[in-house]
Amino acid sequence: MAVTLDKLEIRQGAFALRGDVTFAPGQSTAIIGPSGGGKSTLLLALAGFIAPVAGRVLINGQDQQGRPPAKRPLTMIFQENNLFAHLSLFQNAALGLCPDLKLDAGQRAQVHAALDRVGLSGRAQDRPANLSGGQRQRVALARAMLRPRAVLLLDEPFSGLGPALRHEMLDLFEKLRAEQGASLLMVTHNPDDARRIAKSVAVVANGKVDPPRATAELFADPPAALRDYLGD
Amino acid sequence: MALGVKPVKTLTGSIAFLAIAFLVMAPVAVLLARVENSAGIGPAGWAAVRFTVMQAGLSALISIALAVPVARALARRQFRGRALMLSLIGAPFILPALVAVFGLLAIWGRSGVVSQALAWLGLPVLDIYGLPGVLLAHVFFNLPLATRLLLQGWSAVPAEQFRLLAQLGATPRDTFHLIERPILRATLPGAFLVIFLFCIGSFAVVLALGGGPGATTVELAIYQALRFSFDLPAAAMLAMVQLALALGVTLVALVVARPAGFGAGALRVQQRWDDAPWARRLDAGLLVTLALFLGLPLLAVLGRGLTGAWPDGLAWALGRSVAVALSSTVLALALGLSLASLIDARRGPVGKGLETLTYLVLAASPFVIGTGLFIILNPYISPARMALPVTVLVNAALTVPIALRVFLPALARTRTRTARLADGLGIAGMARLRYVVWPEMRAEIGFFAGLAAALSMGDLGVITLFAPPDLETLPLLMSRLMGSYRMEQAATVGLVLVAGSFALFWAFDKGGAHGRNTRQA
Repeated sequence: MAVTLDKLEIRQGAFALRGDVTFAPGQSTAIIGPSGGGKSTLLLALAGFIAPVAGRVLINGQDQQGRPPAKRPLTMIFQENNLFAHLSLFQNAALGLCPDLKLDAGQRAQVHAALDRVGLSGRAQDRPANLSGGQRQRVALARAMLRPRAVLLLDEPFSGLGPALRHEMLDLFEKLRAEQGASLLMVTHNPDDARRIAKSVAVVANGKVDPPRATAELFADPPAALRDYLGD
Repeated sequence: MALGVKPVKTLTGSIAFLAIAFLVMAPVAVLLARVENSAGIGPAGWAAVRFTVMQAGLSALISIALAVPVARALARRQFRGRALMLSLIGAPFILPALVAVFGLLAIWGRSGVVSQALAWLGLPVLDIYGLPGVLLAHVFFNLPLATRLLLQGWSAVPAEQFRLLAQLGATPRDTFHLIERPILRATLPGAFLVIFLFCIGSFAVVLALGGGPGATTVELAIYQALRFSFDLPAAAMLAMVQLALALGVTLVALVVARPAGFGAGALRVQQRWDDAPWARRLDAGLLVTLALFLGLPLLAVLGRGLTGAWPDGLAWALGRSVAVALSSTVLALALGLSLASLIDARRGPVGKGLETLTYLVLAASPFVIGTGLFIILNPYISPARMALPVTVLVNAALTVPIALRVFLPALARTRTRTARLADGLGIAGMARLRYVVWPEMRAEIGFFAGLAAALSMGDLGVITLFAPPDLETLPLLMSRLMGSYRMEQAATVGLVLVAGSFALFWAFDKGGAHGRNTRQA
């Protein structure tokens, strides 16, 4: 489903961000730009955690104005704190099916299957404290799979990982996204992430969301704001 | 390494620890020697033990039960006056106990506001003396404390977790199970024990509102044995019982929960999405009730104090109280900083052991120490003449646990932020104190000095065991005036006392924070 910012304006204190763009459906789009430029704020507004001061968010043409976060057709994975420390991996993933954790046998099987898909079979009863950063984000991905939504929002979920692990995680996310036919919007500060899975890239800088452009084309001829950020 | 710093820390810290240990152990040893001559504590003693445990348990239960919804309301609501509300919650901690009692009587007493309203409606008036009054005063002091402890737990929940639940469509019930119950499980036992400990050692409240066969605590029984029947063996025996109680509770508290950091954390608002109109009304009602419960007695103290009468000797009492407060603040700072530096320098098991030992040693209440000191001094010098020095000493020693909770986190922060850098640059000695330690710690030093001064100024504890009738500090003067029902004069003393305590706290706290702009980095 396409995500459209229709003359959207977000404010947080003195900070303001404007955007009037559409992100193409069924593919991965990277959102790149300097720190403090409003990338995460944009995702929070899409997900319904921040109310815009003007304009609309449209998902598949439907106005999201006034819809609470749970009623929007999207799932967001945060940079950190995606898991509850006192719950097992199984329970953390199962929250995606029902937040009161009362599961029937079929649902339990679904949760185990999701954990298998992200490579955590056999660790269902572990606690998040025993996991590495990458493994924790795998649990968040398993939860997102159990709650299939048309749009997946990622807020730099791999920023703490080394290059090899990050590539592995990106490929895993991209594979599962493609299987579900979902759209993916990924905030990142790393051009490599964008090159690896994103078909298009949108620059967020100077209080403005630029329209997305094809990844290779954008990096071949970066606009001034991106050139300043990349530094070469 | 910072050469020349460690040996100094070790020396001053060890002296501080030994001084505290001696101050507590000598009286306890004397008490133990006396106990052999005593014939048990008798039925009255047992009644005192039962009442002590019962009122402390009930006070702690009521305080934390009420604190749960109040803390939740404060955690999730942004409103005008929220900062003021947080200050109001901090106020009882440094409010002199007698002033609080005076304010509570003005609202809830026989001729208080509530009783007058009841009488106007033709209903019987309230009588809060005994257990109800003790509970009321203890809840007045500890509901704010419990609220603060819980609020720290709530504020530590990452914003993402509330967002996550909002996205998953969690109900308020789910939110309770997934976020709030774990917070409560982690914070409630510690809060209960801290309050329980406070309530078994809260002498002034029970002196003013309790008494008689049905409402006498162990400390009040000690006071009566020393001041009225001059029964030293009985006092010694009761003091040992009190010590055992306090030690037991402290031990459990140390096992259940390590002492939480003490200070101004960022008690920020948590935005949540599991809201309902009834929840908003409930929270508003709770917060208004809390503001009235805490604020009205303070307003009554102010109102009656301004229209009260000036008793003889008020100026002298004020002078003496300020002198006691400042002396004990200097001593408390020296003890607290030395000991905290030693514990911080000896990290690992030795440091932890020293810290634990300090908490245990100081579990002895001022009354236990005071009783022992009384017995030690009595053969050589009239205890009456030692009233002020003993008060200064005991007040200072008993604020050391607070000092550790304020300074240890600050020292740890200094260590990670600047100590390695200072080591690397070879900054040591006075230069290090002046340019590294002081700028980093001045806010905490000021905050603790303010607490120590205010607590010492308002304290009505060990001094009651020693003071002759003609020696007056502000709390003593107020207590005597209230005891003889000269309420107008007591009101003026109360206002001077609370103004003095708050002024001292404010001056030290502001002095420490002045010119510092990285308070919460």
